[in-house]
This record gives sequence, C-alpha cells and structure tokens, in this order.
Amino acid sequence: MTLLGQFALWAAFLLALWCAVVGFSGRWRGRPDLTTAVTRAVYGICAALLVAAASLWKGLLTHDFNIEYVWAYTSRNLPTYYVVSAFWAGQKGSLLFWAVVLSIFASAAQLLSSRRHAALLPYVAAVTSAVVAFFVSVMLFAANPFARMAVTPLDGRGLNPQLQNVGMTIHPPMLYLGYISITIPFAFAVAALLSRKLDTGWIHAIRKWTLVSWLVLGVGISLGMWWAFVELGWGGYWAWDPVENASLLPWLTMTAFLHSVMIQEKRGMLKRWNLGLIVGTFMLSIFGTFITRSGVIASVHSFTQSNVGYFFLAFLVIAGVFGFTLLYTRWPLLKPEVHLESVASREAAFLFNNLLFVGIAFSVLWGTLFPILSELVRGTKITVGPPFFNRVNVPLGLLLLALTGVGPLIAWRRASPANLRRQFTWPVGGAVLVLAALLGSGMRDFYAILSFTLAAFVAGTIIQEFFRGVRARRRMHGESVPIALGRLIARNRRRYGGYMVHVAILIYAVGFAGMAFKREREATLKPGQSIDIASPFGYTYRFTHVGISQYQVLNRIVSAATVQVARDGRPEGVMTSEKRQHFTVENGEKVPSFEPSTEVAIRSGLREDVYIVFAGPVNGTEEAVYRFTINPLVWWIWFGGFVLVFGGIVTMWPGDGTGAPGRARPAQAGYDVALVNTGAEP
Amino acid sequence: MSAPIDRRRFLAGGAALAVLGLSRPLAGQSQLPGAGATGSLGDPAAAGRPQTPTSTGDNDLAIQALEKRLRCTCGCTLDVYTCRTTDFSCTYSPQLHREVMQLWNSGMNAQQVIDTFVTRYGEQALMAPKPQGFNLAGYLLPGTLVAGAGAVMLWILTRRRAIAGVPVAVPGVPADATAEELERLRQALAESDQ
Repeated sequence: MTLLGQFALWAAFLLALWCAVVGFSGRWRGRPDLTTAVTRAVYGICAALLVAAASLWKGLLTHDFNIEYVWAYTSRNLPTYYVVSAFWAGQKGSLLFWAVVLSIFASAAQLLSSRRHAALLPYVAAVTSAVVAFFVSVMLFAANPFARMAVTPLDGRGLNPQLQNVGMTIHPPMLYLGYISITIPFAFAVAALLSRKLDTGWIHAIRKWTLVSWLVLGVGISLGMWWAFVELGWGGYWAWDPVENASLLPWLTMTAFLHSVMIQEKRGMLKRWNLGLIVGTFMLSIFGTFITRSGVIASVHSFTQSNVGYFFLAFLVIAGVFGFTLLYTRWPLLKPEVHLESVASREAAFLFNNLLFVGIAFSVLWGTLFPILSELVRGTKITVGPPFFNRVNVPLGLLLLALTGVGPLIAWRRASPANLRRQFTWPVGGAVLVLAALLGSGMRDFYAILSFTLAAFVAGTIIQEFFRGVRARRRMHGESVPIALGRLIARNRRRYGGYMVHVAILIYAVGFAGMAFKREREATLKPGQSIDIASPFGYTYRFTHVGISQYQVLNRIVSAATVQVARDGRPEGVMTSEKRQHFTVENGEKVPSFEPSTEVAIRSGLREDVYIVFAGPVNGTEEAVYRFTINPLVWWIWFGGFVLVFGGIVTMWPGDGTGAPGRARPAQAGYDVALVNTGAEP
Repeated sequence: MSAPIDRRRFLAGGAALAVLGLSRPLAGQSQLPGAGATGSLGDPAAAGRPQTPTSTGDNDLAIQALEKRLRCTCGCTLDVYTCRTTDFSCTYSPQLHREVMQLWNSGMNAQQVIDTFVTRYGEQALMAPKPQGFNLAGYLLPGTLVAGAGAVMLWILTRRRAIAGVPVAVPGVPADATAEELERLRQALAESDQ
C-alpha cells in the first residue's frame, strides 16, 4: 500500500503543478479547452490524494509498523478510533490530511459554484492546485508519511495519552478544516484580481465559503479550549500559547471581513480593505501552520521540530508577495462607489469594529513574535505570556464587545439623534441596572464588572431587535409570537443569525469574566479526611478523600482517586480523578510507553465547575495530593460554542425563507428604493 | 432444561461481567473500604510521581500570584504555579516553587523575589517582560496603533461631513415590487424603527 500511496502522491503533485500552470495560462490566453481540462484535473488531484489517504489509513488499521508514521503514532493495543484519528496526530499525516481536504474543497468549489462565476473558476482551480502542489511537495521532499523503516518493529510507540481524548479526535480536524477552507475565498479573491472582475460577484461566490471557514475555525478553537480544560488539567482553557494564538489570528481577520463585506455589498465601499483582509487571512492561516510546524517559537502544542518550517516560510513569503502585489496593481480599479457620510452610522460602527478586530489580531501577532524581535534587537530572550496578552487585549476586547451592541442599532448612512435615543434608551438602561446590581452585590473586579455590564447592554440590544421585529410582524400579519419569531428569523437569516452569533459572543464574555473568581486549593488527604472550599456563589464544598483503586483497562493501568463531594452539607456524589500509565507489551511484559497522564474529574454546572486533579500518592500509599478548583461560569463558554454554531448555521442556511430554497432574491432592493423614494431617514 | 435467558438479563449479565473485567484490582493492592486507614498501592509507579504532602505555602494566595508571574524553565511556556499544578508531573516547577518559598520565607517581598529570579535565570524567567525600554514597544504599539488609526478615521469622517454638508442620496436599486408593496414595506420599517 505504501507504493500505491507514494505513486498517488507523485500523481497528485504532477497533476497539481500542471493544473496551476495551465490554469493561469489557459485563462490568460483565452483557451477554453485548457480551462475545461484544468477543471477536470482538479477532480483528478482529489482522486489521487484520496487514494494516498486510503493507503495511509490501511497502513494504520492493519498495524503496518514498517511504515515509520504508523509505528510512531499507534500501537496494537490502541483503540480503533484513536488509530483512525492518528492519521492527523503527527506532522506527516496531518500534511496529507490537509492536502486531501483542500483537494476536496477545491473540487467542491468547481462543482458547486454558480455558472455566473464561470470566468473565475479556471483561476480558482489554478490557485487551489498551486497550494495543493505545495503541500504535496512538502510531503514528498521533507515529511513523507509513507517513509519505511529499516526493520519492522513488533509494536508501535503508541499515541500520546493527551491525544487519547474524544476532543482530540475532532478538534484538530476542525481547526484544519477552518485553515484549509480559507484557501477557497483566497482563490476567488485572486481570481477576481487577475480577471479584473472586481464587482460584488466574487463576494457572492465566497459568502458561504467564508462563513463555513469562520464557523469551522471557531468550532475548532472552542473544541481546543474544551480539550485543554478537560484533558490538560490546569483548570483553564486559554493560555495565549503561540499555537493557540495562531489559530485565533485568521479567525479574527475573517470576522472582520464578515462585517466589512456587508458594507461593500450595501454601499460599494471598502473593496480594497476586503480584498486585503482575505489575502491577509490566508497568509495568517499559513503563518499558523508555520508556527505549529517549524518550532521557531516554543509551544506546548507544536509538532516535532523539523525542516518543513523552511518550506512554509518560503511559501508564506511567496504567497504574500504575490497576493499583495496583485492587490497593488489593481488598486485604481477598487475605488469606493460612495464615501462614509457620518461618524454616527452603521458603516462607521463597522469600520471601527474592523479596526478593533484587526488591532486585536495585530496585538496577538505582535505578542507572539515579540520574543523573536526582542532577541533580534536586544539579544535578550524574553517570554510573552498571559499577563502581557491580557493587559493589551482585554481593553480592546471590551471595546469590541461594546461595539457588538452599538453596530446593529445605528442606521445606515447617518443616524439622527432621535434614532439614537430610540435605539439605545432601553439597552443602556438595562446595562446601568446590571451595573448597579453588581456593585450592590459587592463585586469589585473592574474587568469582570465591565464585562457583565457590557454583556447586559449587548443582550439588551439583541432582545430589543427581536422584540421589535416580532411586534412588527404581529401587527402586520396577526401572527402568534412563536410563528412571528420563527418567520422573522427565517425571512432574514443573515441578520438574525448574526444576532445569535452576537449572543454567543456575549455568552463567551460572561464565561471569560467568570475566571476572575476562580478558587483553587491544594490538599493532602488520607482516606476519610476532608477539606472545605467556599465557592464565589457562596456555597461551601466539602471534599472527602475515599481512597485510590488501581486496575487495568485496555492499554493502560489506571490509578483512580475517589472523592466524595458535598455542597452545603448535602451529598453531591463522588468524583474520580485518574492517573493513567499507558503501556505496550514487549515479550509478554508491560512496558510503560509514556509518562503517567492525568484525567481530571469535572462536575459541570450552570454556576460553577468543580474540578479535581489527583496529583499522586504520598509514599506509595492511599494518602493523596489533590488540587481542588472551583471554576465559575465555565459551562457558559461551551454553551456559547453551541449558540455560535446554531447562529452560524442559521446565517448560512440556503434559501430565502419563503419555501423556495436557492431562489435568487433582489436583496434589500425594496428597502433602498423605499428610503430613496420617500426621502425618509432610516 | 433451564429457562432461556431473555434479552434484558443477557445485557445485564454482560454489563456486570464487563464492569468486573474492566475494574479488576491489581494483585497486591490493599482493599480499603473504611475511612481513615491508609493502605499501600499495588503499583505506585503507575500512579504518577511520588508527591510530598502539601505545605501551607502551597495555598498562599500571595505565593500563587507571585508564581504566576514567573516562567517555568522546563520548556512548557507555562508559569511556575500552573506548570507545577497542571498534572503535577513537572520536575522543574516544584524546585522553582521551593526556591520561591525559600526567598519568601527569608523575608523578601514579591518584587524582590522576582528580581532575584531575573538575576538567576535572566529576563525570560518573567511571564511578561518588564514595561521598560524596548519592551515598552511591545506593550504600547498595538494600543497606540489602534488609537491612532481610530483618531485618523474620526478626523477624516468629521472633516468629510463638514465639507459635504448635505447628505447625498444613494441611487436605489430598481425594485421588483408594486407601489402597494412598497408602501407596506415602508410602514413595516417605520414600525420596527419605533
């Protein structure tokens, strides 16, 4: 199978190279025969890479330890679902995963794009093929997943225990999907620039793609946070690690794009900015890959250091020079159709929102690269950790949260004082009430108070929008509240789906603010001994150590430390945190394969999560050292993730809500005409 | 002849067997249902690194805050406190914790402990660089750029407004709607705006 895999990789590489060259030249020279061939070749590349993927999966599932990758990431006693997920657990396999998924997306882009964008498709094929060719070349020349070993070992090394978690079977592919799918909007942007078709056509062509990328990347980031919380055992979910930052960067710029593109669609402004954002987002996705795989910046999430970093650095530079040079050459064609008229307008609010998104992205990038810069300038190594990022980004983030509420309420073009009063009275009033309640309850943490108050303000603006929409429908059509709400959302999915995403963001903000009230304590307990911890919500938890039991499960020896939990004297059940010693079997003997890993015990609730880490035994006895943590409001972060997905799906759902999916509708036409005809101010 | 086993019994039996099989105690492990007694583990090496009993300083909030400002030297990129208590497997952070405790108990305040760490391990012992000299660029540049760009945008917008004076009507897109529909839409918009 490795021969077949190798052959498939070479076939994909040569086909992708041909496709990239002929795609550009065929379209350039106006040769329809060549452009048709290029489109078909995209499917051929996909087929070849699927064969390569199937070959690697077969090697993994049949425990072919002669393949170095299979030996390095699996073992005979590894559960099958982790054997399957080992495909993307290592550097080489994840490169193949990346190339396969990109080729699938490239094929989908050719297959699903409307014929209205046919002129762009050959260039799209050329760009996606060039990116595929790059990834396959990295595999062929630096990180071959089919590399063989000189001797076939009897068993493999096994998968890192921290990757043996259900979150890790989903989180990396989701992140990859997010990163990879950014290539399609980039390809359309380049196609629009090359073909000089710089109207809103390319934007319509990529609308769904950008939403999918943004959503999938957001889900990937959220899953990563969840995995860090449940698996790593430090009681947090975001450490501002360079690799975490790298995943956040394209998400931030893409979020900026999703807002600013609305201005281009409605007002014909920000064309240059939007193209720049798409090119920049693609660059950041490659930058993230470079950070993860080069080892240039220390990270707990990095792959093993290897020379693939140089490939990515070179590609990053080439793609950047190509993209921005192209943008520069088309600069005069991208003049705005109108200019901003007022600071008090939705366009201005979106513009400031974009400034903040890009500002946060810059500060995260700046902080991530600052250690390298400092070493270059001063020759001194420094660390830039959470204290730096929190100090710089929290104020910007809170400002952005405020704009999340302001933006949707201000009228397009120019808002009158009456409009502002009408829109903001209730939300601001609600926020002031919440502020008073927080201060009255004795809360004194500045950032937490500000977060909760702004979240209340944003919630007020969204509730008001839904309330007014439902009321208008009820008056016009006499509908019941649920039907009016359902139809309100269905008839304008993009707007109300967007509001749902805003709800998700404010839920995230509330969850993040909860960390300010975290309580943690270490304790050494003998069986029967207990410790009391007061939670920020006023409960008193009593943790009683029951004992430690040891047993064998699948590929590991488990040491399970059990704790009885009571809240305000009422029993809440038992919680068990584990140490797991994974092993492989050599000559009938169990040989430890990794350092013992920790499984955290978590009891999740709306108010707080109880989080117990079994540190280890004292002197080999049942006397155990624990860390007990009360994490307030963490559940809300995961719930925010669900709301984000729901809102994203509503936004992307096809059709116009009238029961005719896919029917083209002259969006907002009546709205504009009514405003212009009546001279009414919105 | 024995009665046939129904599906519920069969599944219950299977589940019980699975539980017994999966949770088989290792040979030599003490059976300790009672509270208070402390038995020995059958395989202590499988239960993680041996731990020393917790000391008062481990739960001192001032020490925790201090250790959150110091970086662990194991290469994990975490601070001393987080690395030490993440899964209690690091061998560097407990030693750094002991150093902190020693300095603290010798009468040093938090800043003096931090300064001592910088002297011993260099500036990279800090989780965030000191806001001085070149590092100030790290702290101030993002905020300055955002504030500067925001100020420029505001200036341009207010200047443009002053020059434009009167708002310009935007050319509308021809609507595929009747006059009656447009009127209904106008009313709906006015209502939703109220």
